[in-house]
Amino acid sequence: MTSAVAPPGELTAELRGFREVQRLAYECAEAVAAQLKPGVTEREAARMQREWLRERGVRDWFHLPFAWFGDRTAFVGFRIPLQFFPTNRRLEAGMPFILDLAPVHKGYTADIGYSGSLGLNPVQDKLLADLEAHRELILREVRERRPLREIYEDVDRLMVRQGYANRHRAYPFGVIAHKVDRVKERRWSPHLFGFGTQSLKGLASDAIHGHRDGWSPLWSPYKFSDHPPQPGLWAVEPHLGFRGTGAKFEEILVVTDSRDPEQSAFWLDDDLPHVRRWAEDK
Amino acid sequence: MTLQGARERWVRTGGVELCVAELGDEAQPTVVLVHGYPDSKEVWSEVAARLAERFHVVLYDVRGHGRSTAPRPLRGGFTLEKLTDDFLAVADAVSPDRPVHLVGHDWGSVQAWEFTTVKRTEGRIASFTSMSGPSLDHFGHWIKKRVSHPTPRRVGQLLGQGAKSWYVYLLHTPVLPELAWRGPLGTQWPKILRRLEKVPAGDYPTPSLPTDAAHGAWLYRDNVRARLRRPRTDAYAHAPVQLVTPLGDTFLSEKLCDELERWAPQLVRRTLPAKHWIPRTRPDQLTAWITEFVTAVEGGRPTPVTDGPYADRFGGQLVLVTGAGSGIGRATAFAFAEAGARVVAVDRDAESAARTAELSRLIGAPEAWAETVDVSDEQAMEKLAEKVAAEYGVVDVLVNNAGIGLSGSFFDTTTEDWRNVLDVNLWGVIHGCRLFGKQMTERGQGGHIVNTASAAAYLPSKALPAYSTSKAAVLMLSECLRAELAGQGIGVSAICPGFINTGITSTARFTGVDADEEKRRQKKSARLYGLRNYPPEKVADAVLRAVVRNQAVVPVTAEARGGRLMSRFTPRALRAIARMEPPL
Ligand SMILES: NC(=O)c1ccc[n+]([C@@H]2O[C@H](COP(=O)([O-])OP(=O)(O)OC[C@H]3O[C@@H](n4cnc5c(N)ncnc54)[C@H](O)[C@@H]3O)[C@@H](O)[C@H]2O)c1
Repeated sequence: MTSAVAPPGELTAELRGFREVQRLAYECAEAVAAQLKPGVTEREAARMQREWLRERGVRDWFHLPFAWFGDRTAFVGFRIPLQFFPTNRRLEAGMPFILDLAPVHKGYTADIGYSGSLGLNPVQDKLLADLEAHRELILREVRERRPLREIYEDVDRLMVRQGYANRHRAYPFGVIAHKVDRVKERRWSPHLFGFGTQSLKGLASDAIHGHRDGWSPLWSPYKFSDHPPQPGLWAVEPHLGFRGTGAKFEEILVVTDSRDPEQSAFWLDDDLPHVRRWAEDK
Repeated sequence: MTLQGARERWVRTGGVELCVAELGDEAQPTVVLVHGYPDSKEVWSEVAARLAERFHVVLYDVRGHGRSTAPRPLRGGFTLEKLTDDFLAVADAVSPDRPVHLVGHDWGSVQAWEFTTVKRTEGRIASFTSMSGPSLDHFGHWIKKRVSHPTPRRVGQLLGQGAKSWYVYLLHTPVLPELAWRGPLGTQWPKILRRLEKVPAGDYPTPSLPTDAAHGAWLYRDNVRARLRRPRTDAYAHAPVQLVTPLGDTFLSEKLCDELERWAPQLVRRTLPAKHWIPRTRPDQLTAWITEFVTAVEGGRPTPVTDGPYADRFGGQLVLVTGAGSGIGRATAFAFAEAGARVVAVDRDAESAARTAELSRLIGAPEAWAETVDVSDEQAMEKLAEKVAAEYGVVDVLVNNAGIGLSGSFFDTTTEDWRNVLDVNLWGVIHGCRLFGKQMTERGQGGHIVNTASAAAYLPSKALPAYSTSKAAVLMLSECLRAELAGQGIGVSAICPGFINTGITSTARFTGVDADEEKRRQKKSARLYGLRNYPPEKVADAVLRAVVRNQAVVPVTAEARGGRLMSRFTPRALRAIARMEPPL
């Protein structure tokens, strides 16, 4: 799969499969976001995502959908991972929200993040606009084959320059990205703490193999990420925080072993809500 | 006298003649200023002159005060009902078609609460700014609640306010107050005001003081006992209220206003560190708050929100932060912006200063500007001070924060290195204090200076001789300046942070090593500070708290606090630590 790029500009069948589920996930996020009203709770928003995708055939998850409202978009006061799970926090006018969902469909995995607000929120607008520079920086440095740990630090520096805090540091292992893969479709797919067991198995086996070869499926600020980008599909999720407001995107970056820089790394899909939004603002 | 350019008229009502003065353009919204006890309308002269640039300002002498005539007989002539008649007569004369904005101080505020909470004035009052004068009805309920359900805390509050009200009991004794005011108290009063209340000398109080004070005793006698015993139960404000509380008021406890939202739902709270006579001592701040409030109400805009931490204190104030492009300075600018302050972000890096100003506006600063200045450049700082005074006003809070790091043995530190670090870390602070501190003292209305020193100021280390020396100097400068400015209502605080996760580690200079080794040490120290991971936002919180509490020296982080204790009690242990190699 890893060198699997068809003629320039076209995707292999496999990548098309990933792109399809990623689009489906973003469609879900947009549909649910459009239904959010004052008073809706995070749990309800998470359930709306689950149901929307179930109706469209999704049976397994990399992780169950998350929803964060208000200052929880910036993970204010988060200390333990359980705090990521949806709560009874209610949405209010002007509040920012983030939907984060990772469905598995026909054996392909997506993991996406969608940021928005109920009505106007100039601070989050600004954060979202400033995420564009991060998308560019990450792609550029991955193409340069810089060690992931260093790219992580450059993203950090850009955030600090912009005046923001790094909030992906709050994720388990502080990751800015993690690998995703194909998953075997099973009749019964239980989850563990919100994560699909099939996908966890995939990550674990990657971690074991990678450990032997000196790389990790988790892209972190730590020593184990001190290696050049590993071919594969990476769900990249830079997450900015600013005084109780957070914003992120999450989408798949394809890394290959091609020598052609353009082919060595590219975003799986450029037709996503945040990318369209940046284009419109210009 | 002091109300220069005022147009005068007389309003006859209920057997008295009221002396009314008007300033400013009559087409503008009308602001009516009501004075307290023992005063006459001239107590407002400074505020009125400033407000007149934007508004139609109206002042009147309360019956029996200043040049207004007194009712006959005096007893029963000063009831709140009669005072309300007077207000309506004045309002109808000066602004027959539009409701007026009320501002009251002391007894003027007590009266104005009555105006704002009785039915018959509905539609005549657009807004009310209250200073140091509660509604007697609210006060009555406040006492009742504490007497009928006494908890230790409530009893404490009752006793506290009871002690502050000593003069009210005295004023209820017959004849004695009149004798005192017409005799020695009247002659001594201006001196007392100057000494105890820090009211600047000048043409206030006016010669009518003894009569004002003697007549005004009836304000208390005619109203206080009656209202406190049987407070009205319907005393709800029918206009938005802005409550200005001077924290150093010796006559009123802040606790009185704790439950005010019940009576005035759209309440905007403001606090300032000052004593009772704020119309004399803080005219600029009052003018700014009245202007903001009146303009918001007139424009149908929501009244300023003051529920963020410290928004009551910093809303609308002018705050200048140096080194505001990164780290502690930037976080401090943001914290002030969130409290509604106007922010001047100064940094030698233009782009990052501009960014700080831009984001400050997004999170609550009504205005924010970026200024590109090197704080060590005396002339540039002088220019900055002139520009800020001319375009933005006198700085209320100055944060001298810009600083650079320098590490290395004393003998590896060149004179050039010394000059660099002292120029920024010490001279930058000196220039800031000298230029902006001067403007503060000349204005004479208080202010605050914060200097970012460091825990290095009292923790010796063989690795940081130049940096620590510069910070020790900043600490001592702050203490000396604090002593000098104490009498002028200007506070000075030194902040002493420990290891804070900012960009300072990647820009710090390491002497005595080559460029590669310097890079490596910068990176290593950045990682170490990252592991400590103490955010600059927490230092910013400490800065705001230091201003609010007027703290002298504020160590931030456990290592800074612990080090401070050790420097006092076990200095020898610190000397031993100072000899250790840093882990770089
Ligand atoms: N970070 C720490 O651990 C720490 C600890 C104690 C004290 N301090 C002090 O706190 C202050 C702020 O430091 P920081 O950690 O936020 O550092 P920082 O490097 O993140 O920010 C300092 C800012 O000051 C600016 N600056 C530097 N020299 C200047 C000059 N001559 N004129 C104008 N601007 C200038 C820089 O451009 C930068 O934006 C400094 O005085 C520093 O000594 C820092």
